[in-house]
Amino acid sequence: MSTSSTDAATQFSGRSQSPVQRIQELLHKYPWVSPLVILLLSFVVFTILNPRFATAGSMGLLIQQTAIVAALAIGQTLIILTAGIDLSVGAITILSMMVMATLAMDGGMPGPLALVIGVGLATLAGMLNGLLVTRVNLPPFIVTLGTLSVFTAIALLYSGGSSIQQSHLPDFINILGKGFSIGGFRLTYGVLLVIVMYAVVGFVLSQTAWGRYVYAVGDDPESARLSGVPSKRVLLQVYTVAGFIYGIAAWALIGRSGAATPNAMPQANLDSITAVVIGGTSLFGGRGRLIGTLIGALIVQSFAFGLSLAGVNQQWRFFATGVLVIVAVSVDQWIRKVK
Amino acid sequence: MDPEGEVMALSKMPLSVDHIPSDKRHIYDAEPVLSGRDLRIQWGHVVGLDGVNIDLYKGEVLAVIGDNGAGKSTLIKCLTGAYQPTSGEIYLDGQPVDFKRPQDAREAGIETVYQQLAVIPALDIASNLYLAREERRPGPMGSVLRMLDKKGMAKRAGESVKGLGIQTIQNMNLAVENLSGGQRQAVAVARAAAFGSKVVVLDEPTAALGVKESGMVLNMIKQLRDNGLGVILISHNMPHVWEAADRIHIQRLGGSAGVITPQSHDMGEGVAIMTGAKKLVQDAPA
Repeated sequence: MSTSSTDAATQFSGRSQSPVQRIQELLHKYPWVSPLVILLLSFVVFTILNPRFATAGSMGLLIQQTAIVAALAIGQTLIILTAGIDLSVGAITILSMMVMATLAMDGGMPGPLALVIGVGLATLAGMLNGLLVTRVNLPPFIVTLGTLSVFTAIALLYSGGSSIQQSHLPDFINILGKGFSIGGFRLTYGVLLVIVMYAVVGFVLSQTAWGRYVYAVGDDPESARLSGVPSKRVLLQVYTVAGFIYGIAAWALIGRSGAATPNAMPQANLDSITAVVIGGTSLFGGRGRLIGTLIGALIVQSFAFGLSLAGVNQQWRFFATGVLVIVAVSVDQWIRKVK
Repeated sequence: MDPEGEVMALSKMPLSVDHIPSDKRHIYDAEPVLSGRDLRIQWGHVVGLDGVNIDLYKGEVLAVIGDNGAGKSTLIKCLTGAYQPTSGEIYLDGQPVDFKRPQDAREAGIETVYQQLAVIPALDIASNLYLAREERRPGPMGSVLRMLDKKGMAKRAGESVKGLGIQTIQNMNLAVENLSGGQRQAVAVARAAAFGSKVVVLDEPTAALGVKESGMVLNMIKQLRDNGLGVILISHNMPHVWEAADRIHIQRLGGSAGVITPQSHDMGEGVAIMTGAKKLVQDAPA
């Protein structure tokens, strides 16, 4: 790990650092280090509690269970990086999924066309959030709290509240639940797609100008605007891209759950926010790495899976997740004090 | 008022050639790089600017001083595209220009360092220098994948910072939040210097700085001038103005009270003109 910048910082401020300060600096520079340590620790502990945790089969299942929340958390990360929050993640996903499935049900519409309409609708839903944030200047919390109810209601009205089983859907809509096994390790196409999404969005965030604008807008919108960053346009794009990602996640969700059901993923909002926050992204915006979100999503699922394998009451999972969120935000507050 | 005409005349040119050090007089033989003529701004009944003339030459530091509400900021915002004058003309290199927004002025080569600095704490120095002007890698990596040329930008950022005589900032990949106030100011000035091909405007650049850091920033300002840029310095700090400025434009009550030089008037006289205790025309040579 490069310490040159730490040295430079020390040099010109002319102070020496204690070990605690060094850790603080390290976490400040690489905010995903602490979640990675927690993830590895949880693997060790759960394997000791039940050796079946470390088998290829369990790992494959853990990753499949993580994939949907991990996909939603990509969009959530983009929005939280701009100092916003999206409470309508689950609602947009369900709406997109129900529209996709209903259109394609029993050969009603070709699978690919239904997918395009479903993902397009999710993109428009995200854009609506973005327009309300940028044009009407409402706080993201309020906007998405409102659209959470609106989109949920539309999804329930449209679907009549009933589920659509896999058998009524074309193969194309179900395909992301299919996959292949390497040894005992089963990989679905859905998991592969989510990995590709992480690679693409991670690249855009770290290697392109647009990625920098996302961080800049989240850290200091006024300075970003004065520097020539089109702040409002970037914000609108972030919400729109997030909607698109939720649409893709909706497709993966049908494959994963074997049905399109309007009450799938009741925890989607909280789980996606939890993954982002545990992954070291600051709720105050401008700070964090997408890889941290992936680690955060894995931690949440690893706790759920490990605790159930260990035969512990499931309530302890929520207990542990809650503690993790509070610890993660405390750590974030602490490392932000680096000067 | 009778003397007004004379005051206006004074503001068009340096007060008197005798008050410009001989090694600098050639600067004023050239055409001004940026001029404002009879600039007026009116919002309903409120007069922001009352027919102000201003000239900035290449290779000089022109300070703008004035009491709160005298129209310093309004004048500068007119020249940098943040406000549009109700009437009057702005010339850049002798050509009339019409800036609709700050971006227009920036593209024409006028950079502004705002009082609130406009740097992003979480981004590193190189990213801040190139924010909204990012350079992509050559070849398909840049054109297709839109990858940033991080190394190249860091290298050129380092050169920009060194070119201003800043020794204390070495690593361009360091986040700006790790820097002191003066170093942040240096980053903002370096950005303006790197992209302002003609004019750099600095709004209160030493307001929040200690003695040593103020000295560093004042040296940067002189360096900009010596690199051949026209520099406008807005400041409340009279010792800094008298140290760095070649000429001093005094704003009073929305109008121009005239132009002096640190050689022609001392700080006390400058403040007296600024506050209206003295009229410039009484001290002017005939």
